[in-house]
Amino acid sequence: MTVKPWLAGVAGALLCATAATAQDFKPAVVYDMGGKFDKSFNEGVWNGVKRFMDETGDDVMEFEVTNETQRSQALTRMAQRGGNPVLGVGFAQADAIDVVAGDYPDQMFAIIDVNWLDRPNLRQYSFKEHEGSYLVGVAAAMKSETGTVGFVGGMDIPLIRKFACGYKQGVMATKPDATVLENMTGTTPAAWNDPTKGAELARSQIDRGADIVYHAAGGTGLGVIRAVADEGKLAIGVDSDQYAVSPGAVLTSMLKRVDNAAYDTLMDAKNGNFTPGIKTLGLAEDGVDYVADENNADLLTEDIRAAMEEAKAKIVAGEITVHNYEDDQSCPL
Amino acid sequence: MTTPLPRWADLLVIPLLNLLLAFLVAGLVVALIGENPWRALTVMLQGAFVYPGSLGYTLYYATNFIFTGLAVAVAFQARLFNIGGEGQAAIGGLGVALVCLALDPYLPVVLVIPLAILAAAIFGAGWAFLPGLLQATRGSHVVITTIMFNFIAAGLLVALLTGALMRPGQSTPQTRNLDALLPKVHEILRAVGIDAAPSPLNVSIVIALLACVGVWLLVWRTPFGFRVRTLGESEPAARYAGVAVPRTVIVVMCISGALAGLMAINEVIGAQGKLVLNYTAGYGFTGIAVALMGRSHPVGIVLASLLFGALYQGGTELSFEFDTIDREMVLVIQGLIILFSGALAFMLERPLARLLTPRARLAHG
Repeated sequence: MTVKPWLAGVAGALLCATAATAQDFKPAVVYDMGGKFDKSFNEGVWNGVKRFMDETGDDVMEFEVTNETQRSQALTRMAQRGGNPVLGVGFAQADAIDVVAGDYPDQMFAIIDVNWLDRPNLRQYSFKEHEGSYLVGVAAAMKSETGTVGFVGGMDIPLIRKFACGYKQGVMATKPDATVLENMTGTTPAAWNDPTKGAELARSQIDRGADIVYHAAGGTGLGVIRAVADEGKLAIGVDSDQYAVSPGAVLTSMLKRVDNAAYDTLMDAKNGNFTPGIKTLGLAEDGVDYVADENNADLLTEDIRAAMEEAKAKIVAGEITVHNYEDDQSCPL
Repeated sequence: MTTPLPRWADLLVIPLLNLLLAFLVAGLVVALIGENPWRALTVMLQGAFVYPGSLGYTLYYATNFIFTGLAVAVAFQARLFNIGGEGQAAIGGLGVALVCLALDPYLPVVLVIPLAILAAAIFGAGWAFLPGLLQATRGSHVVITTIMFNFIAAGLLVALLTGALMRPGQSTPQTRNLDALLPKVHEILRAVGIDAAPSPLNVSIVIALLACVGVWLLVWRTPFGFRVRTLGESEPAARYAGVAVPRTVIVVMCISGALAGLMAINEVIGAQGKLVLNYTAGYGFTGIAVALMGRSHPVGIVLASLLFGALYQGGTELSFEFDTIDREMVLVIQGLIILFSGALAFMLERPLARLLTPRARLAHG
C-alpha cells in the first residue's frame, strides 16, 4: 500500500477508473474511532479484511479516524486515491459516506450497520441482532436454574435495546414465568469501555437472582464476563466467540459476522460481483449466529442445542418472527 | 518568570530550537520503526500545506486552537488555569445548535448566524461562570471545578443527543442537519473564480483572528486588562490597589469561557453542519499547550495554532501514506512535539543564556 506522495497529485487521473478490474482494484477501509484493535466491532471488520488479504495477497488501504472531521476527510482521500470499493465501518460514518458516495458516483462504497441511505453506488449492511439474541435467550432460559436471567448493555442506544428485546423474547418464549433483569451501563460512549461498572452491574443482577448474564457492551462486557465467572455463574458473550475471556464460564456467544460483511464486500468487488443495495444479514444469511463447539459442549447441552436449532429453523422458515426494536422503537415485552 | 535571555532569543530562538529537537527525536522514533524520517517529514509538511485542500484543513484545525488557546491565555493573565475549554466548547455548541434548530426554519440565514455566534459565546461563558463564581466566593480551585464541568457538559450533551435532540430514523447521537451554515472558504474562492480544493475551513477563522485582536486590546489596552494582569502578578497587590478581585475573577472566567464556546461555530455550523457527540475531540485541552507555547499572547497563539493545525493535518496524511505509521504513532510524534515545545519549553533557556552572555558582555564592553 506504499503510495508515493506524487500519487496524490495524479489522483485526479485515477478518478476516471470505473469498473473494478484487476489493475485498478484498490480497496480501502476506514475504521471508526474505536480503532481496528478494539476487541470488538472494528476488530471484527479487520479480521474479515485480514482474511481477504491473506487469501488474495491484495493490499487494502486503511485508516482509523480520531475526530469527527476526519470521517469525511478519510473517505474522500480514499476515494481520491481511487479506492474502489471504499468500506466505512459503523453507523457513525453514515452521513459522511452518503456525501462522499454522491461526490464519487463512479466508485463503489459500502458501509456496515447502516440501512437507511439511498445511493446507487452504495452497499449497506445491517444485521438482525434480535434474531441471534433470541437464540441465546432460549439458551439462557433453559440453562437458568433460578428462573432469573440478566442483560447488560453498553451505551443506551436503540441498537442495544434491539439486542435486549430479542433476548427477552427468546427467554419468555421458552420460560414464560422467567424474569429478565436489564441494565444499561451508561449513556456516553464511555459505556463501551467500563469493565468495572460492567462487573458491578453483573454482580447486582446476580444478587437479585440472575444466574445467566448476556452482555452487549463491547469492552465493558469483559468485566461482566469476569464478574459472572467469579460468582460461579454463566455469561453469554457477544459479537465474537468470547469463550477465551473466561473459559468454562461462557455458555455461548451471539455472533455478529461483520467479518463476513467486510470479506464479502472486498471479494465481490475483486470478482466484479459488487452490487449496491441493502443487505440485511440474519440467521438465514449467517449474518448472526451462536457458538456451539467442543469448548462449550459441557455447558451448552444437547437438549439446549436442539432447542436453539429448532428456534433457528423456525425463524429462518418464518414461523417465528422476532420483533425488531428498531422498527417501532418499542419492545412488546 | 524572568528570563536571562534577550527578548528576541526568548521569542524566536528558543521555540525554534525546541521544535528542532522535537523533530529530531520524532525522526528517531520514525527511523526506529523502519521508515525514512526525511520522507516522513516531507509527507507531513506537504500533507499540512501542499496537497490540495490540506492548507484548508490545517487552518481549520488552527481556528479551533486559536479559540481554545485564547480562552486559556485570557484566564492565565489572571493566573487562573481554565482547563474546562472542552466543556465550555461543548456547551457553546449546544447553544449554537439550539438557536439553529429553533430559528432556521423561520429566519433568514443572515440573521440566524449572528444569533448562533452570540449563543456560542453566551453558553460558553455561562458554563465558565459557575466555576468562576465558586473560585471567587468560595475559593474552590478552577482547575478542579472546570475539569469536573467538562464531564457534566459531556453527560448533558449525551442525554440531549440520545434524547430530545436526536435525529430520528438513525442510530448516531446527532441533531438534524442545520441550515444556517457559515460559508466555507473554498466556496467563497470559487465564487470569485479561484479554484480551491474543498476543506472544512470557513469564515470562523476571520472571527478567530478578530478575537485575537479583541483579546490583545482587552488585556493590554484597557483598564480592565490592567486589573486582570495586576491580579495575575499578585493578588494582594491587586486587592491593595482596589481591584474588586471576586468580580474580576468571574468576568475573566466568563470571557475565557466565551472564547472557548466560540470554537463551536467552527465545528457545529462550520465543519460538521450539525451537533454531534465529542466534536470537541480534545481541542480544549490542546488549547492549554497552544497557550503555553504562544506565551499567552495572541500573536504567539496564532503561530502555535498554525503549528498544531499543521501537526494534526500533517499527522493525518502521515497515516494515509505509511502502513507502519498508524494513529497511535502519529499521537507519539505529536506528543513529542508538544513535550518539547510545551513542557520542556524552558529546558534550553540556561544553556542558551550561557552561550549568549559572553557576547552580550562584549557588546556592553
